[in-house]
Amino acid sequence: MIGAVLIAFLGALLAPWVERNLKQANWVLALLPLGLTIYFASLLPAVLEGAPLRHSVDWVPTLGVRLSFYLDGLSLLFALLICGIGTFIVIYSGGYLKGHPDLGRFYLIILLFMASMLGLVLADHFVTLFVMWELTSLTSYLLIGFNHREFRSRRAALQALLVTAGGGLALLAGLILLSGMAGTPYLSELPALQQHPLYLSALVLVLLGAFTKSAQFPFHFWLPNAMEAPTPVSAYLHSATMVKAGVYLLARLQPSLGSSEVWSSVLMAFGLVTLLTGATLTFRHTDLKRLLAYSTVAALGALVFAIGLVPLTSYYGAVGFATFLLAHSLYKGGLFMAAGAVDHEAGTRDIHQLSGLFRVMPITGVAVGLAALSLAGLPPVLGFIGKEVLYMASLQAAPAWMVGLAVLGFAVGATLATLLVVPFFRGQPPEGVHEGSPSLWLGPLVLAGLGLLVGLFPGLYNPLADAVASAVKGKAVEYHLKLWPGFNLALLLSLLTVLLGLGLYFLYPRLWAWMATDPLPGPENAYNALLRGLMRLAVGLARLLQNGSLRAYLVWTFAGLVGLVGLALLPKGLAWPQGAAPLKPALGLLVGLMLLGALAALRLRSHLGMVVVVGIVGAGVALLFLLQNAPDLAITQFLVETLTAILIALVLLQIPRLGRVPPGRPLDKLVALAFGGLITLLMLHMLGQPIAPHLSRFFAEKSLPEGFGQNIVNVILVDFRGLDTFGEIAVVGLAGLGVYALLRRRKEEH
Amino acid sequence: MNTLILQTTSRFLFTLLLLLSIFLLLRGHNEPGGGFIGALVAVGAYALYALAHGLSAARQLLPLPPLRLVGLGLLIALLSGLVGLLNQQPFMTGVWFKVLGLKLGTPVIFDIGVYLTVFGALLSAIFALEESAKEVR
Repeated sequence: MIGAVLIAFLGALLAPWVERNLKQANWVLALLPLGLTIYFASLLPAVLEGAPLRHSVDWVPTLGVRLSFYLDGLSLLFALLICGIGTFIVIYSGGYLKGHPDLGRFYLIILLFMASMLGLVLADHFVTLFVMWELTSLTSYLLIGFNHREFRSRRAALQALLVTAGGGLALLAGLILLSGMAGTPYLSELPALQQHPLYLSALVLVLLGAFTKSAQFPFHFWLPNAMEAPTPVSAYLHSATMVKAGVYLLARLQPSLGSSEVWSSVLMAFGLVTLLTGATLTFRHTDLKRLLAYSTVAALGALVFAIGLVPLTSYYGAVGFATFLLAHSLYKGGLFMAAGAVDHEAGTRDIHQLSGLFRVMPITGVAVGLAALSLAGLPPVLGFIGKEVLYMASLQAAPAWMVGLAVLGFAVGATLATLLVVPFFRGQPPEGVHEGSPSLWLGPLVLAGLGLLVGLFPGLYNPLADAVASAVKGKAVEYHLKLWPGFNLALLLSLLTVLLGLGLYFLYPRLWAWMATDPLPGPENAYNALLRGLMRLAVGLARLLQNGSLRAYLVWTFAGLVGLVGLALLPKGLAWPQGAAPLKPALGLLVGLMLLGALAALRLRSHLGMVVVVGIVGAGVALLFLLQNAPDLAITQFLVETLTAILIALVLLQIPRLGRVPPGRPLDKLVALAFGGLITLLMLHMLGQPIAPHLSRFFAEKSLPEGFGQNIVNVILVDFRGLDTFGEIAVVGLAGLGVYALLRRRKEEH
Repeated sequence: MNTLILQTTSRFLFTLLLLLSIFLLLRGHNEPGGGFIGALVAVGAYALYALAHGLSAARQLLPLPPLRLVGLGLLIALLSGLVGLLNQQPFMTGVWFKVLGLKLGTPVIFDIGVYLTVFGALLSAIFALEESAKEVR
């Protein structure tokens, strides 16, 4: 299993190279997810026998963090969906983005996403889960902003990142809390935690993470905006896989966090509100992708609602979740890809402008028709079975008014299905539009076809559905999935749903005219206000602190330092050095010279002169080091002094007609005095501290035998403390880059 | 600054300083010196040469643009830290081996990375400053 995830990551890194060197790169690259799909399918028998697979290796042994993976029915369903749909997405991307200059980068990121998502659903250790979780957020950010020259793409990408990564922080806290409460970092070993005193806090944190990721109300707004991404991304990340990560997490934690009143009521309430929000906002749009996005929001709401029902029902909740999850991934992935194909061929995604498409795009038409049946919840496709079981679950446990609202939400699905199918059959086909290449219709056709196949023969999915349901329920579930359940209340509700959906379809023109006019106030306004406030604060602070005057910068920096360090240090009291050695004459002479240099710097009024006399102080310090047997420090000090002089001279050359140094203002003098005084006090304080001798002894003893070097300073720098040095040179490199960029930018502005 | 004395001496000094810088880098493990100090000397050499002969002349003496050297240095430093992983040891564990009777180790390679990074970053700043100083004049 670890091998599979690693191969996925490595394969992603090779993708740009494959794209550059092969003509039909999409078909070749699709072999990676295809191979993984076959691998996971081969694990089916073992998992269905009820024995979850585990595999783990040390990752950060000193922190007890292991890269650990766990495969049960729930993970396996997700893994199959991720790799299976991923196969068609990769093929589809090649047709959809044909000739795009950044296609190689696209393959790289979308395959990286696939690998991270795979890691997420297989993760057992909570750190593994969190790292993968964040990786999916990051790759999603890059993919939404793929057309990075468009402002709207960048904005949507940032919004998605801020919302999901913000939730990710809450999730991290929640997971740490959970592992502390349970005494184990492994998700598969979590005991029931409902009675723990910290249960509520952990629950709220985990829910924040899951709800932001899975676009639950009030965080749903980022998902429709994410439709700025290229269509393969919308089909893959924002309908079939990534947005289900939150749902996955809730399902995974259901056995240990569920079975409490809070759990069920919160999940059912938020799920239902999200279902209705997605359904209602559907009526505001005519763009195919936006319509599908709101329907995804609604479906995610339904899934969360189903998880809330799991502890309240015998097994309907868990089975309904398992079935509806697969049905939605299949039909929504297919519909998105088909919408992209229509957009690609006909040049528009507006349902008002599309007509008669079936005659020119028959294969896409068949795929859309089948997927729409599933979306509407009509027999004989899987969507029907999924909805049916969900209705049975709600009838068993939810109050009547909730069932009514759920019917209303699903009815809008039927309306949307009608809206999607009508442009294929009504009106005249547009000129010059024809069926796209196989890569564009293969995915939709196969996914929609699978929905039909499993709908006709639900026995195919039954064993896996049982395994998924058992993982969610926390104990073995056996349920017989049937296409024809016989006459019961749920069937009646289904009939009602369809009729209601058709009714709403005929009301649609009026509803649209009424709803699409004004921008609605919503939680997105709060997000915007928050972001605007943050920007205003930043601008205000920058105006105050960085007003362009170098003097002001120095005053703020020094005053801030004096304030912070002084506040931290002074209340504790300062130490005074004990037993200073008598001053040697040579040293005394040197110190006298340095003092003279410092005093001269105060009197001089020429910039270059000041550089020279300050240099005297620096050179004096270097000599001081030399006299105290620290040649390394002395050399460094000398060199730094020299280069500083060169740098300052260069900067002085830049400032036109500099004139003489103006006399200091009283405030500046005060700050300068305080800063100098503070540094002096700090030095004395440091000398007064007892030096821990074991450290210098350790380095002196180990330097030669273990670091093979006699120069202890150097061995510390490159060996004992090599990691610190690595960080420091990275900073030096970045600083060099920063100077270069700043000067370049100024040049361009001129 | 096209004075004859500076132009003539800077040629000698440039070579000498570069030799000194490499000397400092290589002896750093046992005597005073090391990558950081060596890099500073090399930057001094190039700064001097640029003052005497102009920027483009100094640039021509570089194997790579300074910012590329930064990237290369960081890469070398990172790779030297990865060698230890092959022996199942933590990141940045020193590995020593003998090449032609000469004792070499990953810390020395790491020091070369430090050298290149510091050299590239400082030189890039100095070159950029000199370039824009020329435009102002």
